[in-house]
Amino acid sequence: MQVQSYFSSLDNLDGELATLNLGPTHPATHGIFQNVLKMDGEKIVSAEPTIGYIHRAFEKIAEHRPYNQITTLTDRLNYCSSPINNMGWHMTVEKLIGCELPKRAQYMRVIIMELSRIADHLVCDTVIGVDTGALTGFTYMFQERELIYELFEEVCGSRLTTNIGRIGGMERDFTPVFHSKLKTFLKEFPARFEEFNSMLERNRIFMDRCIGAGPISGERAMAYGFTGPNLRAAGVDYDVRVMSPYSSYEDFEFDIPVGLNGDTYDRFVVRQEEIRQSLRIVHQAYNNLPEGPYHADVPDFYLPEKPDVYTKMEALIYHFKVVMAEVPVPVGEVYHSVEGGNGELGFYLISDGGRQPYRLHFRRPCFIYYQAYPEMIQGSLLSDAILTMSSMNVIAGELDA
Amino acid sequence: MPGVIRASNIALDGMLNLQTSREAIIGVLQLLRDDEMMRFNFLTTLCGIHHPDLGGQELGVVYHLHNWLDNVRIRVKISFPKDDPHVPTATVLWPAANWMERQEYDFYGIVFTGHPDLRRILNVDDLDVFPMRKEYRLEDGTRTDKDDRFFGRDGHVGQSFD
Repeated sequence: MQVQSYFSSLDNLDGELATLNLGPTHPATHGIFQNVLKMDGEKIVSAEPTIGYIHRAFEKIAEHRPYNQITTLTDRLNYCSSPINNMGWHMTVEKLIGCELPKRAQYMRVIIMELSRIADHLVCDTVIGVDTGALTGFTYMFQERELIYELFEEVCGSRLTTNIGRIGGMERDFTPVFHSKLKTFLKEFPARFEEFNSMLERNRIFMDRCIGAGPISGERAMAYGFTGPNLRAAGVDYDVRVMSPYSSYEDFEFDIPVGLNGDTYDRFVVRQEEIRQSLRIVHQAYNNLPEGPYHADVPDFYLPEKPDVYTKMEALIYHFKVVMAEVPVPVGEVYHSVEGGNGELGFYLISDGGRQPYRLHFRRPCFIYYQAYPEMIQGSLLSDAILTMSSMNVIAGELDA
Repeated sequence: MPGVIRASNIALDGMLNLQTSREAIIGVLQLLRDDEMMRFNFLTTLCGIHHPDLGGQELGVVYHLHNWLDNVRIRVKISFPKDDPHVPTATVLWPAANWMERQEYDFYGIVFTGHPDLRRILNVDDLDVFPMRKEYRLEDGTRTDKDDRFFGRDGHVGQSFD
């Protein structure tokens, strides 16, 4: 590769090498992580990332919590798309206990998950704009993200760390306000999004800044464990929604966009197209939303109606059992993965029949692909390194767990 | 590779589990990756595990591989004594294993021999314990209200592995 040969001879170095601390709290890193860079002028000779600044020992805490209380830990992994994490966890437990969800609950989940993917990608793509000097699109699109958060608020009461849905289905049905807000969003968002897109996608300055910045080959990306948009930007069409469909993704028609060079521009374009595809999925799921219950009949895990708890003995018993986690859980191990905002988000759960997991391992896509960062920025300019980092969408919560 | 696979079973999620030894692990992973029939090209994740009750085999590593061409997943496990927690590194096969192994070293103190840069990754450098091992409590060790034995079950307490 050209990049490596640049430094093969010391003759290329002009002057002294400087050590530069990028982070831990640098406005351009969009999170708390440090990179100690060795600089030759403005070119990066090598980078040494340090992570763990917001490590909260989720895997340890998870071994001490009943299953329904682990959902709130998953919120705090990739907090740009918490609902996907929540539902990935719910599905993992449902896989363990052998619970099949009604179609309506599955479609509701798909709608929520695709909306969160749109919110996640909007953050990443607009921040690429910010780092290339185009702040306006970011402020416009954050208004759109706000609309998605309002939808979440309507479904679960919270916005960022959502704790959305429950083991066994959704916590409540979509409200009339949700229906009207979603319809408005689906009608008005595409035009605004395309306006944002038109400001950047063929913008000469933006293209000059992004094309060729932080490239990685498909082969190298696979070896480094890349998944999600960053892998697809490198030309590999791996998507968990297609490879291991969950929550009825096989019912929907959508395309997997792929890039060519795995550079910042490709990552941007892939995410932009994924937003359009997510909209397609939301349309299909919403227009074909089946009638029926919004949760499965699993009284051992799904809380009974509150009025029943006060009036019926059986409901009271189940309420107690669910809250105290006094329900039998199969012994065994399951791995479940969902297509998170950043790629394959996996949950490896080992149950010994106890109230808590014996072991819960999170496969966090950010953590795995961020280790390729030094290789991707070697030989590039500092400003390109900033851009590469924001286009990889490294989310500190998911990185550090 | 005769005699290398010590046990195999189908897990609850339908995935094939293979149990092998740490001496054979790199050979097994390489065969799974490179064999024309196997084609498990992708290292999905690897994680450590601690079973204090299994005398002499307390620590373990679980590798998740994925064949993207035929869309098959497989799990490979090894276990070894806590007093001698050495495992050959998988970074020779996948660079992705680098940080995964650093994380499990950080959590369980599993020493991946041959690893290019085995340092703690998430916890502070001067931490002198491996906090994911079961003997380390999460919180106040005097707490007994969540003890599974009081609820007629065999599960674990979380705090009772002294």
